[in-house]
Amino acid sequence: MSDEVLVEVEDLSRFYGAILAVKHINFSIRRGQVLGFLGPNGAGKTTTMQILSGNLAPSTGRVRIAGHDLLEDPHGAKQAIGYLPEQPPVYRELTVDEYLDYCAGLNRIARSQRRAAREAAKKKCGLSDVGRRLIGNLSKGYQQRVGLAQAIIHLPPVIILDEPTVGLDPIQIREIRHLIRELGKEHGVILSTHILPEVQATCDQVQIINKGELVLNDSIEGLSRHMQSSALSVGLRNTPDLDLIQGITGVKSVQDQGDGRLHVFYDPAIDPTEALVELAVQKRWGLYELQPQRASLEDIFVHITTEEHESLTGAVA
Amino acid sequence: MIFTIARNELRRMFLSPLAWTILAVVLLILAFMFLSNLQYFVMIQSRLLSMGSDQGLTAVVVAPLLGNAAVVLLLVVPLVSMRLVADERRNKTLSLLFSAPVSMTEIVLGKYLSLVGFLWLILALVALMPLSLLAGGTLDFGMFGAGLLGLALLLAGFAAVGLFMSTLTQHQTVAAVSTFGVLLLFWILDWAGQGSGASGILGYMSILNHYEPFLRGIFDTSDAAYLVLFILTFLMLSIRRLDMDRLGG
Repeated sequence: MSDEVLVEVEDLSRFYGAILAVKHINFSIRRGQVLGFLGPNGAGKTTTMQILSGNLAPSTGRVRIAGHDLLEDPHGAKQAIGYLPEQPPVYRELTVDEYLDYCAGLNRIARSQRRAAREAAKKKCGLSDVGRRLIGNLSKGYQQRVGLAQAIIHLPPVIILDEPTVGLDPIQIREIRHLIRELGKEHGVILSTHILPEVQATCDQVQIINKGELVLNDSIEGLSRHMQSSALSVGLRNTPDLDLIQGITGVKSVQDQGDGRLHVFYDPAIDPTEALVELAVQKRWGLYELQPQRASLEDIFVHITTEEHESLTGAVA
Repeated sequence: MIFTIARNELRRMFLSPLAWTILAVVLLILAFMFLSNLQYFVMIQSRLLSMGSDQGLTAVVVAPLLGNAAVVLLLVVPLVSMRLVADERRNKTLSLLFSAPVSMTEIVLGKYLSLVGFLWLILALVALMPLSLLAGGTLDFGMFGAGLLGLALLLAGFAAVGLFMSTLTQHQTVAAVSTFGVLLLFWILDWAGQGSGASGILGYMSILNHYEPFLRGIFDTSDAAYLVLFILTFLMLSIRRLDMDRLGG
């Protein structure tokens, strides 16, 4: 993994009329990194991807791709990206070969090398057998692969994939994920999705975006450390006073799961386990189970996005 | 790069039955008109000669043919031009062009060139009809050439309007109807205020008034300049409009 920075995004914002869809986002991607871009529907994932790929102009901010500013030197920057939008941009009336040749031409691959580039892209995406078939007659999964082949045909340093596994069957999803991992070794890949296991399976860096703001930016390892030790599952025979637990230093929130089970979320910096046990003994709550919870990415996702929501509605009220 | 885009557009156009149907229908109708004009010429030929008129084969057969061709193609251009951008926008394939290292100008010119290429192909096929008369007669090549040049420029103008209308919408039919409306309006613009002073400007704006001199064999640079400016205006508007896709939302 080299340290070459491929994408640098500074203070990126985008208005749709009066609506601010993306709010002052900053991030960067290095070669050999797969960045997962995660968020609920309408969070601004696709908008960000469209800006990075040059399909939308940002309202403010700067995007540098492989050293080229997207606004000042769009040709240089666009040469360095491959983009697969949500819907693969394929012409249904062309055959796979015709289409990929055209894409190679659009990306300024010399005529003599187009054939080789096309064959290499087809091989990587498992399209070798369907070169002569009409794209319109292929299944959704194959069309998606054609879209992917289009994005990588000119071997761009940066590959941007917007929900690449939507509409595929489980086997195809595994294949595409494997392919993305492979691509991530030599390129910088940005992947947007709302499928959480996909991020765990393919990415090494995770960003969560909600309502246009980046709410989390962490590596997968950092995230799993974060996940390991930020919640406790507590089993109590007598119903405790939740406010007392809430009062322990470090505890962020308490959730009653019913039948005496509680989920206690806490600040990873301050471990409240001992204090909690002491309190349980003092108050005779009948502690019979105490388990550190390994939160899934899903929990974090839900936690972060709903927390954001609550603070927002709080501000309004 | 412009040619890569144009070639792909033309290929896709000819993969659909639309292009072939249009070629067939237009040529059938124009051939019919050509033959009836020819028959009329044969009928009045002796009278023309006896009257000592200088009206020859070109004026009686070729000029009306090119004039009719312009009207027929005015109806046809919207059908060919409507899909250029509207269809790609609807199928979300525009992002392929937008994320490729090509400028808006190259995209617009590529698409425009493909349309003009198709229309000029029709023109070339239409031109073959008068040329077939060479088997048994002579043509006034100056007049014929001026007419062809006029029609070529006129079609290029139609194409520019069609392309612009197609960039405005994602519905092909809307693009076709508005192209037809704009073209027809430019065609009949000199009807307004005929006989009064107002006809001056409107009459000058009318595209028909700049096409007719070509048919009479007159090449006037101001007519050619009008058509060239007409084309450039709508091409610029198309580029601006596509840029708005990126900037607006």
